[in-house]
Amino acid sequence: MLFRTLADPSRRAIFERLCRDGEQTVSALTARAGISQPAVSKHLLALKQAGLVRDRHEGRNTHYSAQLAALAPLIDWTSQLTGYWQKKFDDLEYLLKRMDQ
Amino acid sequence: MMNTATELKTVIVERDIAHPPEKLWRALTQPHLIEEWLMKNDFAPRVGHRFNLRGDWGGVLDCEVLTVEPHRTLSYTWNHKHDNAAFNLTSVVTFTLTPTPNGTHLRMEQSGFRPDQRQAFGGARQGWEQHLANLEQTLTRID
Repeated sequence: MLFRTLADPSRRAIFERLCRDGEQTVSALTARAGISQPAVSKHLLALKQAGLVRDRHEGRNTHYSAQLAALAPLIDWTSQLTGYWQKKFDDLEYLLKRMDQ
Repeated sequence: MMNTATELKTVIVERDIAHPPEKLWRALTQPHLIEEWLMKNDFAPRVGHRFNLRGDWGGVLDCEVLTVEPHRTLSYTWNHKHDNAAFNLTSVVTFTLTPTPNGTHLRMEQSGFRPDQRQAFGGARQGWEQHLANLEQTLTRID
């Protein structure tokens, strides 16, 4: 399932983008993907079914984030640690936003 | 470079943040703010200060402040003692802040791991996942 899901290059690019840049909306992902929004949504659904991404609804937007734990069988601790800090940076940015209020 | 037995590994995570260095520095150095995004702590921005980072999963990291250059560089040790010495984790975390037109470029470098410490991190994985899950729940509640 994991290998099959990530075999598609566009899908893999979307997943890598989420790993690298943290949580994002479909429109943000589409802007960079070079394919249509419905195509991006379809890839996200496949990634979600494989447990590789998680969605979070906020108002009218759905935010997607990578679930690095799903990759555990494939990756070494270096990647895990990178994912840990990416997540921490997400939390840090969220905190900085709230500090303005 | 193939001497894997002694090679030290480094993890680097970088991000452009839309907030000024001064504000980011507060989030990195004030205990109640550190707790919001990282872990419970008794941090103080003073070289030589020893403190703990305490995870919700019960894990405790032993840390010592190494570098404090306000609004620029912060580094501390990030060590985890395991009952089995072979699983001990020894590393240094360094945050580097560079001002940009839109805010700050934040660079985190964690170095000092050895490849044979992989198991130690793998063993801690369960705890870390739980920790992240708890964090997400907290953030959802704040929403």
